[in-house]
Amino acid sequence: MMDKRLRGAAAIAGVGHAGLGFATGFTKMEILIQAAHRAVSEAGLTMRDIDGIATASVAATMWAMPVIEHLGIKPTFIESTMLGGSSFVAHLLPAIHALESGQCNAVLICYGSTQRTSHLSRAEIGHARRKLDPQPYEAPYKPLSPLSSYALAAARHMHQYGTRREHLAEVAVAARRWAQLNPEALMRDPLTIEDVLSARMVSDPLTVRDCCLVTDGAGAVVLVRAERAKSLKQKPVYVLGSSTAVWNRQISSMHDLTVTAARQSGELAYEMAQVGPADIDVVEVYDAFTINTLMFLEDLGFCKKGEAGAFVEGGAIAPGGRLPVNTNGGGLSCVHPGMYGIFILIEAVRQLRGECGERQVESAELALVNGNGGTFSSQSTAILGTEATL
Amino acid sequence: MNKDMSPIPTNNGDHSAADTGADLHYRSQLDQGNFLVQRCRDCRKAIFYPRMVCPHCGSNEIEWFAPSGRGTVYSTTIVRRKPEQGGDYNVALIDLDEGVRMMSRVEGLSPDAVAIGMKVLAKVVDGDEGKLVVFKPETAQ
Repeated sequence: MMDKRLRGAAAIAGVGHAGLGFATGFTKMEILIQAAHRAVSEAGLTMRDIDGIATASVAATMWAMPVIEHLGIKPTFIESTMLGGSSFVAHLLPAIHALESGQCNAVLICYGSTQRTSHLSRAEIGHARRKLDPQPYEAPYKPLSPLSSYALAAARHMHQYGTRREHLAEVAVAARRWAQLNPEALMRDPLTIEDVLSARMVSDPLTVRDCCLVTDGAGAVVLVRAERAKSLKQKPVYVLGSSTAVWNRQISSMHDLTVTAARQSGELAYEMAQVGPADIDVVEVYDAFTINTLMFLEDLGFCKKGEAGAFVEGGAIAPGGRLPVNTNGGGLSCVHPGMYGIFILIEAVRQLRGECGERQVESAELALVNGNGGTFSSQSTAILGTEATL
Repeated sequence: MNKDMSPIPTNNGDHSAADTGADLHYRSQLDQGNFLVQRCRDCRKAIFYPRMVCPHCGSNEIEWFAPSGRGTVYSTTIVRRKPEQGGDYNVALIDLDEGVRMMSRVEGLSPDAVAIGMKVLAKVVDGDEGKLVVFKPETAQ
């Protein structure tokens, strides 16, 4: 049961990013701090106003401590739950609780990664993870982590519902068409369905073009109580609903490979926000792989289970389509620094402020954000709205 | 399979009093060629991977048993790899007839011939780091 009194209790007052694409010469901490500084400044606040912090790292298990140290703050609210890429969306609800209880007054949610330019190779990271976070009932079979897990889900979805590789490709092409409208996106050259289908196969049925980018990047948002947001610099974007769900860690423990825990997080977020899928103007979902977008459109109620393939046909989620999805170009074409969740929040905020230029969704008032982590393991849904939606 | 399996110590299913955790028990049996899975004594549902409490009902009354080894491919992927690095290989999720799912691979046929719905049989083979449960098509001799 969601506490509806929390609907609209807090608002995002500032967003910022840094080091998108290639952050050569910078550490992940440095671009995180740059993004944080931009988000705080944009809100019309200073770092002295920040008394709550929410952050997580893929590699560092005590990541909140060096971030706090680098910023030189003494927060009274610290949230560092690590659920993979959904973490920063998942940090919203605990932050709202902390703001509402008076534990703190301004929460900085932040993340940074230099996985693209880092001296650590993916093989080294994979090796370390197998030691520190073993999955002994999967690792011996050498699935590509996390790619093969998503491939298994895609294969099952195709088998069960007749979804075709062309449907997966539609998702990649739509993301690219949005990216072409976003000067900040990394991949902006034309992409066709045929290009995706003929790209190098990595783990069937997913080709390299069904997979997200590997980039650097940092992002930050500042969350304050709604009343305070009204007096700050930016148009407030209110958090109307927020819920997080985890049903499993490993793909082999997923109950049904065609249904994610977004069904639970979505239902509860809608309940808190008192809106439904038909009310949503713009959708930002974590597209680590093309299958993600299809599964989330179904699990979040934009179409029936098994029908997302048909739903996205003919550019339906591309610019000019029936539902704007992943309007920055997504993890597939815009940016994907290891964990992407913070960037879907940022894009949703910018859409609701109406500052997205060529890719702006006309009169966007309600946005749905869905973060994903692990191998379809954690799902965190947030519903954001303008003042008109309160 | 498992025809020469020795009796299995169960500690009356009470892992709080067991000599080892479920993981080590599974592994040490597997190293002797025995593929075992768990079953809850309370709700009677099969459990995999090995747990200390039943994920279906929360009971800690868990026993071991030898599954039939029969299963069905629930999903499958081909991991593409250059021939000089060993070539393509299969990764699959197998639903055992007893009602549990596990990651494995199907051997004895080309990775692209492994299909969802295919009936398969378990066998214990040597992996890089100890014994491993893999599957072969049920129709194979």
